Amino acid sequence: MASAAATLVTTQDADVLVVSAAGEWLNATAAELDRSLHALELPAQRPVTIDLVGLRRIDSVGAWLLLRTAQDLRARGNRVELRNLAPAFAPLFEQVRTAGHLQPVSHPRPAHHSLAGFVARIGETTLGLFSRTYNLLGFLGLVAATAGRLVYRPGRLRLTATVAQMEQAGVNALAIVGMLSFLIGIVIAYQGADQLRRFGAEIYTVDLLGVGILRELGVLMTAIIIAGRSGSAFTAQIGTMRVNQEIDALRTLGLDPVEVLVIPRLLGLLLTLPMLTVYADLMGLLGGALMAWGVLGIPIPEFISELQYSITATTFWIGVFKAPFFAAIIAMVGCYEGFQVSRSAESVGRQTTLSVVESIFLVIVTDAIFSIVLSMLRI
Amino acid sequence: MDSHRQPIVRVRGLVNRFGNETVHDGLNLDVFAGEVLGVVGGSGSGKSVLLNTIVGLNRPNQGEVEVFGTDILGASESELRTVERRWGVLFQDGALFSSLTVAQNIEVPLKEFYDMPPRLMDEIAALKIGLAGLPEDAGPKFPAQLSGGMRKRAGLGRALALDPEILFLDEPTAGLDPIAAGEFDNLVRDLKSSLGLTVFMVTHDLDSLFAICDRVAVLVDKKIRIGTLEELLRDDHPWIRAYFHGPRGRSAQQADASHPAEAASAIAGTTPG
Repeated sequence: MASAAATLVTTQDADVLVVSAAGEWLNATAAELDRSLHALELPAQRPVTIDLVGLRRIDSVGAWLLLRTAQDLRARGNRVELRNLAPAFAPLFEQVRTAGHLQPVSHPRPAHHSLAGFVARIGETTLGLFSRTYNLLGFLGLVAATAGRLVYRPGRLRLTATVAQMEQAGVNALAIVGMLSFLIGIVIAYQGADQLRRFGAEIYTVDLLGVGILRELGVLMTAIIIAGRSGSAFTAQIGTMRVNQEIDALRTLGLDPVEVLVIPRLLGLLLTLPMLTVYADLMGLLGGALMAWGVLGIPIPEFISELQYSITATTFWIGVFKAPFFAAIIAMVGCYEGFQVSRSAESVGRQTTLSVVESIFLVIVTDAIFSIVLSMLRI
Repeated sequence: MDSHRQPIVRVRGLVNRFGNETVHDGLNLDVFAGEVLGVVGGSGSGKSVLLNTIVGLNRPNQGEVEVFGTDILGASESELRTVERRWGVLFQDGALFSSLTVAQNIEVPLKEFYDMPPRLMDEIAALKIGLAGLPEDAGPKFPAQLSGGMRKRAGLGRALALDPEILFLDEPTAGLDPIAAGEFDNLVRDLKSSLGLTVFMVTHDLDSLFAICDRVAVLVDKKIRIGTLEELLRDDHPWIRAYFHGPRGRSAQQADASHPAEAASAIAGTTPG
């Protein structure tokens, strides 16, 4: 706000060059002063006086600019004298002279901006991928061993926690899973009908819906929603517990974090996801049936009888059969990434993102493997 | 120094309530130019809430807050910016932006408020890094690469970026070992005298109080009792007595009496454990 005016004047006094700094040498005027100081033609091998008689206000930046100029002048063999430094400003000059570093801060180019760094990063990422896979498998083994122990001592299973997880991941997800499956049913019915109508085969929309939703989309959509909803929550919850040293506290209290935290989540999701899948199948078919009725004029009873004719129970069971596999992937990845959180808040965010991306990736890869294997088995 | 008795910070009738819990009840406070004010109080007495209220991060239920004569609660955006340019805040753990290097952290306010060539900003960053007592090679480092004490210094460097007139410090020596805490006290005192700073310091550290504070504000009974250390040492409020005349208060007093300048480091050297 201060209409700060800072001036810089050079005059010749006999053979002494006098640089007079006056006015307000502050942050606000620094850019302009820096420009004029750089534009100054610095002499060599001469006596120079920097006169500060007109200086009204100065802050550390102003003092730094003046001291830098004196330094530059000295480097060229000039004899430099600071004149008329007001006593009030002396401590500031002293502090800046002794504490300030002369070299501007360098901003080193991040290593990955170079070609070698780029190649190195590819290598690093690849190796990281292997070690992740290795560690994830190790974690799988750990959880399997813990689960095995629980089979012999079922009393140690935390039933309340498991049911709480089922409520979180299942009951509380009913609205979103139902809504999205319903919409997917509508979309498939509409797009399918549009294509099939050209061949006069609108009625096969029902087959498309039945096979598409029951075998693939119902379970896949549910798994993806749950990965985003519950998988991320697992990572964030366990990760936050790591940041707060709660996991360490569990260990010192003689509690096994895998038993306390992972098993209820894993078991909860294993039981919940198949049920959610059946529900998603129903909602998807409902959406499709309503669309078939509205657009194609296929009444609901006819839709149902065509559905009975076109699909078998196997189609339905294949979808449901895949659900526990997806559930295991989501729970394992979610918990594993939670335990990977280091003791900083930002790593919770990083691992949570990783957890969602990884579990969705693995779910889709597993689904593709199922497709190939089942087609080879001609199921 | 021309506005000697004109307070830089003026708080009147401050009331802060969280749910049913009243933290401040009609609190008044003045901070004058050129002084180092220490703010102490028990846990939960609202020291940080007071700081947050003054710098506009917390809206009180009632009361007036003025900084440099500007009403913080009713100020327009541009009035606030003018005030923000004149204060520096150091949060407890430095609150550095973790994705930026120390130098870039210091350059953030410079970029925001001034149009400066990059080289000048790098020079200013180096200057502030030096003023905050950090070594030259700290500039390109990321906060995660620094120790807790260095992070506080880097935070101080950023708080000093715009050459503020008043510095708000929230427990600057908490979590530091006694030697580092003593050095930080000395640093604040040096900067205060050379840059002409006013300092508002929330602290738990009795050594800091004795070493650098001109006046001390004690948060008791939801209000403030303020005075010089001598005055507070004579105060007979039970909490204040317990605070200053407990074993820790006494040892800090003794250290201060024997070596005023190196009080903190003297304690660091002699107190076992």
